[in-house]
Amino acid sequence: MGEHVNSRWPARLHVVTGKGGTGKTTVAAALALGLASGGRRTLLVEVEGRQGIAQLFEVQPLPYKELRIAQVAGGGEVRALAVDPEEALLEYLDMFYHLGAAGRALRKVGAIDFATTIAPGLRDVLLTGKVKEATTRSHDGRRIYDAVVLDAPPTGRIGRFLNVTAETAKLTKVGPIKTQSEGVASLLRSPITSVHVVTLLEEMPVQETLDAIAELKALHISLGRIIVNGARPALLTAGKVTKAELKRGLTEAGLPADAATVNGLAAEARAYLTRRDLEESLRGELADAGQPTIELPLLPDGADRAGLDELASELMRA
Amino acid sequence: MAEPLDVDRLLADPATRIIVCCGAGGVGKTTTAAALGLRAAEVHGRRTVVLTIDPARRLAQSMGLSELDNTPRQVKGIDAENGGELHAMMLDMKRTFDEVVQLHTTPQRAAEIFANPFYQAMSSTFAGTQEYMAMEKLGQLRSTDEWDLIVVDTPPSRSALDFLDAPARLSRFLDGRMLRLLLAPARSGKSMFSLVTASFGLFSRAVQKILGAQLLTDLSGFVAALDSMFGGFRQRADETYRILQDPQTAFLLVAAPEKDAVREAAYFAKRLVAERMPLAGVVLNRMHRSEISVLGAERSEAAAAATDQQMTADALRIHAALMRQIEREAIVAATFTDAFPGVPAASIAAQPADVHDVDGLRTIGNLLVA
Repeated sequence: MGEHVNSRWPARLHVVTGKGGTGKTTVAAALALGLASGGRRTLLVEVEGRQGIAQLFEVQPLPYKELRIAQVAGGGEVRALAVDPEEALLEYLDMFYHLGAAGRALRKVGAIDFATTIAPGLRDVLLTGKVKEATTRSHDGRRIYDAVVLDAPPTGRIGRFLNVTAETAKLTKVGPIKTQSEGVASLLRSPITSVHVVTLLEEMPVQETLDAIAELKALHISLGRIIVNGARPALLTAGKVTKAELKRGLTEAGLPADAATVNGLAAEARAYLTRRDLEESLRGELADAGQPTIELPLLPDGADRAGLDELASELMRA
Repeated sequence: MAEPLDVDRLLADPATRIIVCCGAGGVGKTTTAAALGLRAAEVHGRRTVVLTIDPARRLAQSMGLSELDNTPRQVKGIDAENGGELHAMMLDMKRTFDEVVQLHTTPQRAAEIFANPFYQAMSSTFAGTQEYMAMEKLGQLRSTDEWDLIVVDTPPSRSALDFLDAPARLSRFLDGRMLRLLLAPARSGKSMFSLVTASFGLFSRAVQKILGAQLLTDLSGFVAALDSMFGGFRQRADETYRILQDPQTAFLLVAAPEKDAVREAAYFAKRLVAERMPLAGVVLNRMHRSEISVLGAERSEAAAAATDQQMTADALRIHAALMRQIEREAIVAATFTDAFPGVPAASIAAQPADVHDVDGLRTIGNLLVA
């Protein structure tokens, strides 16, 4: 106990959520890379069958297996796992009831699909149960993973996804599923876990971020940071642009200073200022939520490996 | 580049009765759906209803939707000169489900169903219920024949495909066939499916152990109640599916010029084609534009670095960043239009601020046909 992967990121299970389109998979991958620096091993998990990790790292779709997806300078590695609820249920049944070949036969007739569908929450219990298992797994007294990063469902569903006990308690009164959901619930409410919310400085993602934070707080789930993705450098800090000055500046710079160019640049600068004012007020709303906030820069060349490494080191500096 | 999508022709055509906007989360589906509805009403004089699933609060308020009340409300403050009307409604998933139950059974039976814990859980949280109920509501709106045009905003699914798959999946479940198999005692005998049947017995026992017998009892009571009165949810899902396939329906894919959104749009386009759904076109939302694209990014940056006049330097950097963004967006958008050259495309220029009123929707509508 007490051995932290990183004093700035003390949790061992990092749950990354955010509205669709905010780049939560990218941020989750960057966090897994960052936490693997210094010769550590991390696991990046996805649970929605989107194969977002495979697409991000440009590899074949991931099987239900923990495979190395990236090496990190200093001897560290990131493994990735796409949890499939059907596979998780089969694994689970096999563990408790030794189903073997019968399990595969059941799958063929759609029974597993059915079973993971019947009980609202059962699917999520299985998925979060697998994440918990990976987080706490150890070998010879040493943890297999220094940290687990979960690319979680989006903000709209995160509360329901993480609050597995309430859902299942309504339906199951006894049995291993009940026990498992209780185990998951206490892990999610312990300092081992930290839920981070990724957002853009846009209205809907910020609104959903604030809603999700309120919801998770009410559920007593451990909150981490707000991660503002795609932040742009502040320009025109004086807050205004005048055409006369622009015209002079362009002439001095040896650029065309005709009316069309001056008007075009002025219009773009004004649009930028409108945008920046909006971003500034959204920053204020996020600050009011009272969670530590990090800003990650917009990656001009997209989230390739170099871009991910850049985000990873930004995250580790924060 | 693909042929341009003629949005006005689509909206004006009396044969277009349903427009389904679909795409990944966060691409502006709801705003696009509302803007299409407004334009159909104002410009083309059609009596239009927009069915939204989860609109941004301020947009909803501006359209006069203050609550999820499942009833179309007329949107005020629109130009009705051409005789059109715009109505909007927000889907209340649970209420829609309740209505379906009430419509098909006696009040006493309905009360029993409402009291079943499984019904309570499923009607409000079941993955797929939202998609199913959106389709149910669409079917209801269509059957009244009260509307010239219904514009549907699809639920923010984890993947766009849920929208097509969920009704069938839910109905398969509600049909209860699997459940009856599960509940039936394993029969021994000469059945060629003996391994399967034996597994079911084992499986059923395992499920009972894991979930508890009470759950299966509640579940079977629930399914039996629904099954007896509906004559099969499957049939309803099939009907909805046929409405979607009908040529009077037009699917519009909405995508933002971002890798993930475009990838989902491409995947969805493939599915729609495979399922023979009428794909009318793709709308590329939030595309950036510049009036002075002759001034390239590199030249702007070089000049910005050389000048000591701060304001000009910043304005040039803003322009350079915009030019690079336009370049990136064009590349991303081309991955879709190159893969689906036969799908007409339209784009909406990015706006500096979000839309939350009827004027903003009108602007989006104008940009869509610009």
